[in-house]
Amino acid sequence: MEILLQALTLQLGHNATLATLGAGMFGLAAGASGAFLVLRKRSLVSDAMAHATLPGLALAFLIMAALGGDGRGLAGLMFGSAVSAALGLLAVDWLTRRTRLTEDAAIGAVLASFFGFGVVLMTVIQTLPFGHQAGLESFLIGSTAGMLRADGLTILVGGAGALILTFLLRRPMTLVAFDPEYAAASGVKVRRIDLAMMALAGGIMVVGLKIVGLVLAVAMLILPAAAARFWTDRVERVVWGAGLIGGASGFVGTALSAVAPRLPTGPMVVLTAAAIFFLSMILAPGRGALAVWSARRGFGRKLRLRAGLLALAEGRAPSAEALAALRRAGFASAAGEATEAGRKAAREAAEDESLWARAREILPPEALTGRDDGATPLRAALTPDEWSLVKGASA
Amino acid sequence: MGEEFVRFSLAPLLIGVLAAMACALPGNFLLLRRQAMIGDAISHVVLPGIVVAFLLTGSVTTWPMMLGALGAAALSAVLIELVRRFGRVEPGAAMGVVFTTLFALGVLMLERANLGRAHLDVQHALYGNLESLMWLRSSGWSSLLDPQALARLPEELPRMAGVAGLMGLLTLVFWRPLKIASFDEGFARSLGIPVRGVSFGIVLAAAAACVAAFDAVGSIIVIAMLVCPPATARLMTDRLSTQVWLSLGFAAFAATAGYVLAGYGPIWLGGEHAVSAAGMIATVAGLTLGIAALCGPHRRRDEAGESQPL
Amino acid sequence: MNLASRQEDFALAARPDGPPASGPAPLEARGLSVSYGVKPALIGVDAAFPSGRMVAVIGPNGAGKSTFLKAALGLAPKIAGEVEIFGEPVDQAYGRFAYVPQRASVDWDFPTQALDVVSMGLYRELGLMGRFRGEHRRRAMAALERVGMADFADRQIGRLSGGQQQRVFLARALAQEADLYLLDEPFAGVDAATERAIVEVLKGLQAEGRTVVCVHHDLATAQEYFDYALLLNLRKIAEGPIREVLTIGNLQRTYGGRLTGPQLAAFGASGGASGGAFGGAGG
Repeated sequence: MEILLQALTLQLGHNATLATLGAGMFGLAAGASGAFLVLRKRSLVSDAMAHATLPGLALAFLIMAALGGDGRGLAGLMFGSAVSAALGLLAVDWLTRRTRLTEDAAIGAVLASFFGFGVVLMTVIQTLPFGHQAGLESFLIGSTAGMLRADGLTILVGGAGALILTFLLRRPMTLVAFDPEYAAASGVKVRRIDLAMMALAGGIMVVGLKIVGLVLAVAMLILPAAAARFWTDRVERVVWGAGLIGGASGFVGTALSAVAPRLPTGPMVVLTAAAIFFLSMILAPGRGALAVWSARRGFGRKLRLRAGLLALAEGRAPSAEALAALRRAGFASAAGEATEAGRKAAREAAEDESLWARAREILPPEALTGRDDGATPLRAALTPDEWSLVKGASA
Repeated sequence: MGEEFVRFSLAPLLIGVLAAMACALPGNFLLLRRQAMIGDAISHVVLPGIVVAFLLTGSVTTWPMMLGALGAAALSAVLIELVRRFGRVEPGAAMGVVFTTLFALGVLMLERANLGRAHLDVQHALYGNLESLMWLRSSGWSSLLDPQALARLPEELPRMAGVAGLMGLLTLVFWRPLKIASFDEGFARSLGIPVRGVSFGIVLAAAAACVAAFDAVGSIIVIAMLVCPPATARLMTDRLSTQVWLSLGFAAFAATAGYVLAGYGPIWLGGEHAVSAAGMIATVAGLTLGIAALCGPHRRRDEAGESQPL
Repeated sequence: MNLASRQEDFALAARPDGPPASGPAPLEARGLSVSYGVKPALIGVDAAFPSGRMVAVIGPNGAGKSTFLKAALGLAPKIAGEVEIFGEPVDQAYGRFAYVPQRASVDWDFPTQALDVVSMGLYRELGLMGRFRGEHRRRAMAALERVGMADFADRQIGRLSGGQQQRVFLARALAQEADLYLLDEPFAGVDAATERAIVEVLKGLQAEGRTVVCVHHDLATAQEYFDYALLLNLRKIAEGPIREVLTIGNLQRTYGGRLTGPQLAAFGASGGASGGAFGGAGG
């Protein structure tokens, strides 16, 4: 517990601090730019890019080693993986535009074949005399253990750069994500913005490779945005909310992984974000599952009760489900007899229904759109002005 | 070369081909239903399933692990559906949420579980180890008639053959509902076809193929074979039955060519070590698709059809 | 006032042997409410279509026309109410009705041919493994012929025009040989020739004593094609023989301000001014 506190307050030494800050910055940038991908419904394209980094990573290592270098320089590896991620993106784009394949098939095909080729190159590296210490495996699931100072700085700077780019591109990206046709009509180059959006995501994943690994990199683009979506309907808030959630997940996850051995960084960061997502999905007011479920249940009950009351008022026999609703509300006895309260409520419901009919006649239809749900009493649905208007007209 | 081939290459080659075909069959329907990425999701969640099975049984034997993986795949399919409906997230993001979360959980458990001698690690899960499935008891082609030698075939071979056969049988028996429900869901439901059951069944079948193939050949082949051969076949024909047969052919071709290239390619190039067969098979499958995308007779969407956003 | 016993009276009155003796309605909805999430798509709709009619379901965009059809078949999330097809719940009436979904609802890039699509209509007879014999092929071809598409039997469906695609869909329903046909916007995006051909086929079905229900949005042709109508705008506005239902008052209540003068004028002859006469939403 004490170590966790130390990790969270950046007191575990210089490199750990750098890693934690770097992960926080990465999460912030990934969350914010991922929001556009999720809104544009193209989040899995980034998964193809993430897996497509492997051959570039391996080739960069081979080239740097062949040139007599160390082969492990993070900047060089990042450059190589960025190039092959870009190739993967272009391959997905080419397959979807030039053939009848849908995007999901193109993603799956590119992901598998690029990654497969990367695996081939990895086995080549392993057969080289110096290959065993390459440590490229750490890029699969991420590890900040043994991260160098320069690596941490690279991640920090890369993350900040991505964040600035996200900020600069936020307007066209919002337009394109929200309504591509309108964006095209108003002169935005949709295809170019789309590619820029994906390139940005690819860049961010390359930055995060060392932290979360390429298999899980896509999680940090999707999870924060999907989580933020439950709390608000406004695009800007989704974007920066996702950034906040992503940043917090990166920071806390990395700190957690420093607390004990065998707590790998990537999974810890992703699981932190996942915990926030699932909590949001269940608990968020308005859009959360519990809220939606109970609202739908309550709405169904209200509708059935209303149907039952109207049947009572008109002297018809209520349907079985309406009768059950009447019983539940205490408007009908177990034997199916209407109670005193039931008869009174039925009269009120009938009166309200005729007021509704009147309102539909005299108010413009637009005024009632979204308010006329078949269960809400007129009084509660209208503004006081409209209410007195309808009341006056039917008097 | 006969004796050496039978001893070292015959079994891995057959296992690779059978695994590829077993995955390609359900892959056809995933492709048509725009669920190609389900394969990606399944192959990721196999890991946590295996780890949980290990934690429960304490052993790395085949059957508990397969059941664990199958359970995890089924669970992930349910979770994806739940996230999609209750979270009202688009299907792609829902998959992304679920499989990354479960995979992260799997890696974490793997690290914490301390498997000791067990040959279970993330790399093995990804690459598999096709090359090691040798038939050491064989002494050339004549061993194919020798019951004693046959009994010592790698156990993956009969298992993979069984699963491939099962996939073929399922496809044959449920051909009509599979086709109708994949083409027109509303109409299928109006016929009383349990559309959701069909949908879940396809995912479950794909998961079974994945899981069986996974132990032998690794998840990378699984993803490649679920998507690439059916996609290649789609670009070659406009007829569903032809597409399915062609996809089997392309799967077998990729497995064979990939295996041979991985084993002998480096030697031809003057190297001395073989490279990963799984990786090479996936690469070949991708290249085949690339060629079909360049010149397959039915590669283009027809004008009358709906246009596709970027 | 004992509700339970009244319900029995009600049930008695609704029995086929009670007057008028005409068997259960092909399609009957009672208090049908549908909602996606908590947004109502259909509120408390009561409707009972008489047998052997051409029925139009009419209303503005987003009024729940398609939803009504889907909910009737159990394809939309019902939140309250009940639906019966020939007096039975949907899942016991399979085989008695044929559904033609909106053309836009399927992937026309699917690798299948026109004849193959029509053969899907024979699924309930063929089952999982039943052999597709020459007789089945002949029936599927006959259905294609009836919609004038026999020459395109082997054409991949994506290479058909919109009107041809709609005809193939209709042929698939014909192959089902049902008693009740439910079509969702069959005239949307089709050419004039196709529209006439479809109407002719549908009238042929009616002449054979079958019931046809179409979601329809073109007021100008409604009276020509149909003889019975359900006007919807989230709720039922009116239901009945089309000449009695398509009145200016009803249309105004259905479409609100969205109807133009000329559109309304087209009904001047048939309607008169009063709109409240038929079981509307008021009450």
